[in-house]
Amino acid sequence: MAISSKGVMRPGHVQLRVLDMDEAVEHYRDRMGLIEVQTDASGRVYLKGYTEFDKFSIVLREADEAGLDFMGFKVESPEVLSGLRQDLIDYGCNVEDIPAGELDGCGARVRFDSPTGHFFELYAEKEQTGKWGIPNLNPDAWPEGLKGMQATRFDHCLLFGRDIDATSDIFINVLGFRRSEQAMDGDERIASFLSCSTKEHDIAFIKHEHDGRLHHVSFWLDTWEHVLRAADIISMHDISLDFGPSRHGLTHGATIYFFDPSGNRNEVFCQGDYYYPDHPVITWTADQLGKAVFYHSRELNERFLTVTT
Amino acid sequence: MSNGSAALHQVQVVNEQASFSCQSGLSLLVGMERQHVGASMTRYIPAGCRGGGCGVCRVRILSGTYTSKKMSIKHVTPEEREQGVALACRVFPEGNMCIEVLERSEA
Repeated sequence: MAISSKGVMRPGHVQLRVLDMDEAVEHYRDRMGLIEVQTDASGRVYLKGYTEFDKFSIVLREADEAGLDFMGFKVESPEVLSGLRQDLIDYGCNVEDIPAGELDGCGARVRFDSPTGHFFELYAEKEQTGKWGIPNLNPDAWPEGLKGMQATRFDHCLLFGRDIDATSDIFINVLGFRRSEQAMDGDERIASFLSCSTKEHDIAFIKHEHDGRLHHVSFWLDTWEHVLRAADIISMHDISLDFGPSRHGLTHGATIYFFDPSGNRNEVFCQGDYYYPDHPVITWTADQLGKAVFYHSRELNERFLTVTT
Repeated sequence: MSNGSAALHQVQVVNEQASFSCQSGLSLLVGMERQHVGASMTRYIPAGCRGGGCGVCRVRILSGTYTSKKMSIKHVTPEEREQGVALACRVFPEGNMCIEVLERSEA
């Protein structure tokens, strides 16, 4: 049973806009080590982390600008999906039904908008192709042949927008997420970290002057050694570095941030805190914001806080 | 890729009354970030994603030849391109250039 009391299991997919598809695929497949799954009829490329059972989690769409088209979450069943669909409508969200197969291998999706201008989706069914290179019967520890950073799975997104409380309230009140961590500037919440699992965050929001922005798409690595290797790969291939390798105060994840060839920010990280529904909300205060974001340098970095797509 | 004898293009930043050297093959932005040892450490153009997506490194090209890569239409419209507006991370000098740093787009 999902920890979210409403049946939302995990972040399931994102669709990203990229300026050049060939460069983007090389980045996500060869540098980050995601598995390239398919190019669909409209030219979108699907990829997944090698430990994911579902067919895909990353969808790339070539466009004239970078950024996030939508972020989707998988729910436990079609019954849960139709119940949440009605709950979103009752709450006042604009809901759009996306038919099964619009993303090849994915069932019907319920897309809803949000006060911060982001589009989110829920879905119950996706083709399960299994972990890459690892069977479900008597499986070995890991598959040989992984490339680059060997990103294991899509973990979360951090999104920027103005009314992050209102968007957070949809996730909390309708979708059963809970707030695990926050950053406060007096009475004003400037960062909102939400969980639908035992992860410290499945989605996070930071207050920003522009709506609809993607700060980063994040992928899990198992160890600090993997994060260091990722930092090496970033230098070996002249990938645009943002920050790290280092640690966050919020969530205590050990992390590195960099940009894909279109300017979408990526994160790979390991470690960090865990969450259960009876945990109190962890709070960082504005006077400690440097340490909250950059635990080691303890200084705010303008690029990290202002550059979005 | 880069070696001690790569060609260097001079880039004049008119509204900063300054200039920097940009190694051939690098974008204006990355070239500025990687100036050879001994040059001023001042950064004139703000560095964002370095990939044409975030709009932070807007400049206007006043003169010089260059090649360019695709840049986000949200931050530089086709009309602005025609007026010489570009993202410095997507402009690759082929000779000396003269530019003006602009405010980042409000998009």
